Amino acid sequence: MIDTYLIPLLKILFVLNATLVGVTYMVLLERKVIAWVQVRLGPMRVGPYGILQPIADAVKLILKEDITPARADKWVFTAAPIIVMVPALITFAVIPFGPVVHLFGREVPLYITDINVGLLYIVSVASIGVYGIILGGWASNSKFPLLASLRASAQLISYEVAVTMTLVSLIMTAGTLSMVGIVNAQYTSRLWFIFVQPVAFVLFFIGGLAETNRAPFDMAEAEQELTGGFHTEYSGMRFALFFLAEYANMIVVSSVATTLFLGGWLAPFPNVAALSFLGYVPSWIWFLLKTFVFLYVFLWVRATLPRYRYDQLMRLGWKVLIPTAIANVVVTGIVKVLLL
Amino acid sequence: MITPTHYMVLSAALFIIGVIGVMVRRNIIIIFMSIELILNAVNINLVAFSYKLQNGVGQVFAIFVIAVAAAEAAVGLGIILAFYRNKETVNIDEMNVMRW
Amino acid sequence: MLHAIAFYVLSAFILGFAVLVISTRNTVHSVLYLVLNFLAVAALYVLLTAQFLAAIQVLVYAGGIVVLYLFVVMLVNLKRPPEDHSSPQRRSWIGFALAGLVLAELGAIVTFGSVVAPTGPDMEMSDLALHNVEQIGMLLYTDYLIPFEVASMLLLVAMVGAIVLAKREL
Repeated sequence: MIDTYLIPLLKILFVLNATLVGVTYMVLLERKVIAWVQVRLGPMRVGPYGILQPIADAVKLILKEDITPARADKWVFTAAPIIVMVPALITFAVIPFGPVVHLFGREVPLYITDINVGLLYIVSVASIGVYGIILGGWASNSKFPLLASLRASAQLISYEVAVTMTLVSLIMTAGTLSMVGIVNAQYTSRLWFIFVQPVAFVLFFIGGLAETNRAPFDMAEAEQELTGGFHTEYSGMRFALFFLAEYANMIVVSSVATTLFLGGWLAPFPNVAALSFLGYVPSWIWFLLKTFVFLYVFLWVRATLPRYRYDQLMRLGWKVLIPTAIANVVVTGIVKVLLL
Repeated sequence: MITPTHYMVLSAALFIIGVIGVMVRRNIIIIFMSIELILNAVNINLVAFSYKLQNGVGQVFAIFVIAVAAAEAAVGLGIILAFYRNKETVNIDEMNVMRW
Repeated sequence: MLHAIAFYVLSAFILGFAVLVISTRNTVHSVLYLVLNFLAVAALYVLLTAQFLAAIQVLVYAGGIVVLYLFVVMLVNLKRPPEDHSSPQRRSWIGFALAGLVLAELGAIVTFGSVVAPTGPDMEMSDLALHNVEQIGMLLYTDYLIPFEVASMLLLVAMVGAIVLAKREL
């Protein structure tokens, strides 16, 4: 009873809350990091070093008036932010934060569930999030949001193909679709998959940037061209939901990349005897550290690179990423047949 | 106890809804979606029997059906777009000339 | 028992959304109901322990094909609703009558046909349920290799065809 219902429920509650808190603090971190890159201070007023800024932002967004445009499609307009948010959150169900640990005398796995189609589940759930963006732009009944949503959907579909093709070569290396199984495969081979599949790692990271609509691929919210993007007509908490979903997706992509390429919860340098003390650090701390590195790179890229033009973006996706991903699959297959 | 007959009835009902959609609606996009409903009805049947007989072949066939549906959707929607560019309509009753 | 409840709830969703797909006036709403219908079907596949197929259903159908439909619905920006113009020869009742005929035929098959299914000890814990991906992959790449390759050729041809059809000038 406790093992089947109570503990999973507690884990779900904990992961959801941790994600939402993490997302709000990602916003603060983003403002701080970009400010440092541009030699500014960033938010400093609310709390010491602006540490309470997310709370102030949340209160402001909740108190703001929630406007629905007069000619908007009311139902779809309301549903769109929810459709964006839900896939971003339910992806965490299969992400392993750590192995099975002993807690208060019982065995508790540090993941919500481990299913035999875990990676496929993440990819397919992520593909549902596109609807929120398309529908948000369409339901606003306004031309710039519609343009932005058509752009965004074309971009997301194109890069989804590239990311999925990239993951195929990784699945071939790991030999399983289960997320825990992939980490275990890296544990047994004593080699993180970033060293086995470096090309796949680079492709996945570029595709991840595009899938989360982050700079330099933030075509869907190019303020200079589209007055804000698909969420121009949104206000208050619904507007915030779109942004929460974007940051939640960043955390998802980072944790998936950590699991697939950086060995998930495994401690680094398992082969070096002098560094064996690293194994005493709890596994979930390694997971969080690696995920944090990815998140930082996301912010760094945004502060550094200018935005792509739309045709350049499509050319990169279809003429560079997808052929490279397919070539990577072929090379992986040949190497696997010849060497193993 | 849910038997294969239950799944067959569900599948038949979904199939009929799809057939009614194809027969009655005039918007060709809706007709295409009705065809997808029909294909899904077939898939439900295949998977239900795959479960009951504990044989994976049904699921393999369902995968082929999905591949065919994807091909059909791509070509069909291409035809709709090409047609719309020429005649500015998606009403199937107005698609009655072989060439123009 | 749980299986039965899940089956009836999902069936209600599947049929209800299917009816909404073909009866809604607004084409975009129709596409949305189609997505919900496909997601309910995917849940039904999970109930039938076909996890791989459920993921494929969501990935290819709900996340791929229907997005294509939505895209076309938005590109085909109609100045007048397509149902306005009605051909004088059109007889909707023939459609319903034919559908009724098909229903009668399928009903006869369900009533008079007999399904002899071996009932295993526990189907949720069978090999097909627990190693679904491996089993399906094994079948696809051994017994059904040639159909698999033919399907990939079909997809290639469809891709070329769609590009040729939709591109304005080549």
